Amino acid sequence: MSEATHTVDLHAAQVRKFKLQDMFFHQVTMVFAFIVLAALVGILISLAIEAMPVFREFGPAFLWTNVWNVPEDQYGALSAIYGTVVTSIIALVIAVPVSFGIALFLTETCPAWLRRPLGTAIELLAGVPSIIYGIWGLFVFAPLFAEHVQPYLQELVGDTPIISGWFAGPPIGVGILTAGIVLSLMVIPFVASVMRDVFETVPPQLKESAYGVGCTTWEVVTNIVLPYTRVGVIGGIMLGLGRALGETMAVTFVIGNANRIVGSLFAPGTSIASTLANEFGEADPGLHISSLFALGLVLFIITFIVLAISQWLIKRGIAKQGI
Amino acid sequence: MQLYSRRILTNRIGIALSMVAMAFGLAALMWILWTLFYNGFNALSWEFFTQDTPAPGSEGGGLRNAIVGSLMIIGVTTLVSTPIGILAGIYLAEFGATSKFAATTRFVTDIMLSAPSIVVGLFVYALMVATLGGFSGWAGSVALSLIAIPVVVRTTENMLLLVPTALREAAFAVGAPRWQVSLKVTLRAVKAGVVTGILLAIARVMGETAPLLFTALNNQFFSTDMSEPMGNLPVVIFQFAMSPYDNWVSLAWGGALLIALIVLAINIIARIMFRNKVSA
Repeated sequence: MSEATHTVDLHAAQVRKFKLQDMFFHQVTMVFAFIVLAALVGILISLAIEAMPVFREFGPAFLWTNVWNVPEDQYGALSAIYGTVVTSIIALVIAVPVSFGIALFLTETCPAWLRRPLGTAIELLAGVPSIIYGIWGLFVFAPLFAEHVQPYLQELVGDTPIISGWFAGPPIGVGILTAGIVLSLMVIPFVASVMRDVFETVPPQLKESAYGVGCTTWEVVTNIVLPYTRVGVIGGIMLGLGRALGETMAVTFVIGNANRIVGSLFAPGTSIASTLANEFGEADPGLHISSLFALGLVLFIITFIVLAISQWLIKRGIAKQGI
Repeated sequence: MQLYSRRILTNRIGIALSMVAMAFGLAALMWILWTLFYNGFNALSWEFFTQDTPAPGSEGGGLRNAIVGSLMIIGVTTLVSTPIGILAGIYLAEFGATSKFAATTRFVTDIMLSAPSIVVGLFVYALMVATLGGFSGWAGSVALSLIAIPVVVRTTENMLLLVPTALREAAFAVGAPRWQVSLKVTLRAVKAGVVTGILLAIARVMGETAPLLFTALNNQFFSTDMSEPMGNLPVVIFQFAMSPYDNWVSLAWGGALLIALIVLAINIIARIMFRNKVSA
């Protein structure tokens, strides 16, 4: 065998070896990607299996029955779903305008040297663990709220029909409204960051043309920036909603943990996540634990849908960048 | 002229409101941090780090068992989630440009980033606690890993996508196989970014309480046995803060301050690392 063919053979062997290794590498990384995917499917399946007894017992009526009676083994999800939805709506009503203001300030009016530190401060706020918001809400915010804000609110609305009902009852600090407010502080950083990011995708030429024909900053933001980034902004709001719906600790501390529905926002209530946090550890096997799993399944499906829409919108909002 | 002055006025009001919103956000941050420092520092002492959690209603004590438990659970979480996250991230960046499977995984990862963490706790309870006979530190680590992995996956992928194609092509041109290009060229080029992702993942799970409630549970005594229920800071803070005992509440504030300081420090280190890397 000549020297040359020997070298060629060696090369071929080397290439074959590399090809094998590459195939192996490809498969290994794919398996790990698959683990991530399998975790999500696994969560759905396991929750569904554990929740089966409850749906077999109460049927889909479990979702809209307003009863939570542990001693008599009667369960319905309505009060928890109500608390979850109402606190999240309150959180968004507060967080959306504030986040919009923060994003507007950071992208349009903020002096350049302040942009980075302020932006970082907002992002750090997003990193604060939710249990800190909870403990702050319970010991600092709720007492202050009960003493100085709630009586004042009641006085303000007086006997106005409907609205006065929202603020009825003793001002005890903890309750649905307090949970909503603490939640709003928690989601503001997330919503504001997304809004700022999508605002920055507006091409400067567009804004400059508007400024060029004499628009004020406010007009540029409402007529140019907002319509251009509409999709991404809604995506950011949905992200905030997804966060708010599933938040456990910030809510559990301040919602009051009462499994009933009272019309007043001052009244204590419960959310899906706070019910789980409070009861799961001591739940009896059987229907009780199964209904808690069912609550978890409901929460997971709701947040999954909200977050899926949000991801889709944010991607579309940011993809427009190239126009 | 009237129209003009009205437009100016609307503009001023709008800008003023945006500044108020910014001030509101910053004030909330300051208020929360201030009360946290004020109440937390009073609880910090030598005993805080050297003694175990006290019995209900008794004085003194510290959080040694919870601190050690948290460190162990998070240490295991980091060891588990780093390789899984990095390899999955490599797959998405290097092989996943066109495949449907990769697109689905990417989508699912993004959702898992914001999914309710308490549901992850339920899942691990059903998977490990109910079947393997009891709460354990291991179960806590698995729950936290499920939350940390998506963070590592997404930062790894995003970092790898920043690597110029020319660098990959150069490596391929000298005959390097794909796995060597991935591990020894591109991954090395974005090392700082990937470490940033791991740090952010640690910061994220550091304060997670909900997934630990039904997995690691809690342990009043000092224990380094991961197969037993394990004390950990977030659950201790939750239990102590909700209790009627002043001493427990004070310890909860101390624990909350400790967690917040660690999380903020990790976030700041990650940012500095990332900035140096980008400017380099």
